[in-house]
Amino acid sequence: MNKDNVLLSGQHIVKIFGYGRSKVWAVNDVDFAFHEREIISFVGESGSGKTTLARIILGLLKSTSGDIRYKGKPRNLKSHGARRQYWKDVQGIFQDPYSSFNQFYRVEKLLLDCIKLQGVKLAEKEKLEKMREACDFINLEYKELRNKYPFELSGGQMQRLMIARIFMLDPKVLIADEPTSMIDACLRSTILKLLLKLRVENNMMIVFITHDLGLAYYVSDTVYIMKEGKIVERGNAKDIIINPKHAYTKQLIKDVPKLSEAWDLS
Amino acid sequence: MNRQIMVVKDLRTYYKTRLNEHVYAVDGVSLQLKEREILGIAGESGCGKSTLALSLMGFYFPPLNFKSGSIKIDGVDIMKLEYENLRTQVLGKKIAYIPQAAMNALNPTKKIIRFIEDIIKEHNPELSKGQVYKMASKRFESLNLPQRVLTAFPNELSGGMKQRTVIAISTILNPKILIADEPTSALDVTSQKIVIKLLKDLLDKGFVGSIIFITHELPLLRHVADNILIMYAGEIVESGKTNDVIFDPIHPYSKALMGSIIVPEEDMKNRKLVNIPGAPPNLGNIQIGCRFADRCSFVKGECRKQNIEEKVHYDRAFKCIYDFKILKELQINDEQG
Repeated sequence: MNKDNVLLSGQHIVKIFGYGRSKVWAVNDVDFAFHEREIISFVGESGSGKTTLARIILGLLKSTSGDIRYKGKPRNLKSHGARRQYWKDVQGIFQDPYSSFNQFYRVEKLLLDCIKLQGVKLAEKEKLEKMREACDFINLEYKELRNKYPFELSGGQMQRLMIARIFMLDPKVLIADEPTSMIDACLRSTILKLLLKLRVENNMMIVFITHDLGLAYYVSDTVYIMKEGKIVERGNAKDIIINPKHAYTKQLIKDVPKLSEAWDLS
Repeated sequence: MNRQIMVVKDLRTYYKTRLNEHVYAVDGVSLQLKEREILGIAGESGCGKSTLALSLMGFYFPPLNFKSGSIKIDGVDIMKLEYENLRTQVLGKKIAYIPQAAMNALNPTKKIIRFIEDIIKEHNPELSKGQVYKMASKRFESLNLPQRVLTAFPNELSGGMKQRTVIAISTILNPKILIADEPTSALDVTSQKIVIKLLKDLLDKGFVGSIIFITHELPLLRHVADNILIMYAGEIVESGKTNDVIFDPIHPYSKALMGSIIVPEEDMKNRKLVNIPGAPPNLGNIQIGCRFADRCSFVKGECRKQNIEEKVHYDRAFKCIYDFKILKELQINDEQG
């Protein structure tokens, strides 16, 4: 990947919570550069600031200082219209599928909203066709889903519905904040396969925020290791997992139970 | 061979729903637990793992109900005991249970030592507060937990520390069996390791007799458990020694489950993840035949015609229509689903 096609980058991102003595540096001087079609993972333990960073990238949270550049220009989130424009391109999936949907809306309405956000005028038939296509993508039947409320679906179905929304919105960048931490191993492989399929079909860049090193290694091209708000190590996924340089990365890899090696409990 | 401490035979328990539907979340489970053994129970969400954990305590409250079967601890069938006897003699002393969200089980307005006093008051009322404190601090010391935790409030502790504290409190009476229901699923890898170490310490120091460890993380079980049961739709579909089940699964469901493991190891990048199409059956309306039939890639007509009996092959058992030899040859297709 060369330097020219940087899609999203950040310099000296800082986020401080609290004032005075109770100041917490949740994100402390983080730099990043994401390229088109790249899959990136941010790995760190609880409280390392990875979710805060994800929210800053998504534009849900204002950073204390630092610049984010999108498509080579400084990111503009000042007006409602500009934010809308940004969210057309940059979208997120969150950890908890149960709280990702408006509980009062049926699935039909939830999917229709995605079409609305895109701002294109479509005839009823085309809308229906689009929603059907999205449901096919996640292997669910639109007819069965359309009249259901989110709480009538299982956790796995909800997380898949989340992916159907992403499929319809067709963003350039997807920030996936622990998309598989609340679901079990079999569902995890279903969700990961769907996300990887999205990347191939829609040329999407995906940023995974996770504490699961195995997952980071399996899906991503580039891995960033985060600790206490700072990036301690970054690089090619294979290099980091097989030959970690930083002591913290080494410790993290040692702590994961593996199949072929003994697990050092000391 | 170690002595068997717990023998469960054909346990069936159900949830009674508002519509008077009976959902059999544990349907004909038999298991044996030996002294000093860690028994792992694995399966996907909704397969009945947590219900099994609750049922094993012999303590039922609505909507969970007992249907049939026996749970023998040291030869005594706890299902035949009176409620009061069960509460004072079995719970806490013979069986201790750590729920899934154990860290949220602590009342935030009480100091940790008060929880321990409460337990002791029920079982050894003659001990004074000073003696209880001494006993608790000795136990915490031998488990490498800091003394300051005893006088702290729960919200002053981190998630991992809370989890360890709950484990230490619930094993203070030296139970013979500890049931741990997903004790590490809410923790990151570093805290997970510390909690696992604590559980092993408890076993090594003799504070607990045996452990039943419930999780959906198979790589973890590989390092923790001696034997593994794989659960699917309320039944045990495969059981055997840890290494056999993890590295050489027999049942088509176990095979698929093992294919979905992700670990940070070098050859992981070249592996294809297996995904199981469809969803588990509705436990409120179980049809005759194999419960995995709709999602199995080796399904044939007979699978749906009769209930499948458990087959035993040396120290392994499985519930499938095929024989051991045939199953051993069968390979899950990576691209399925």
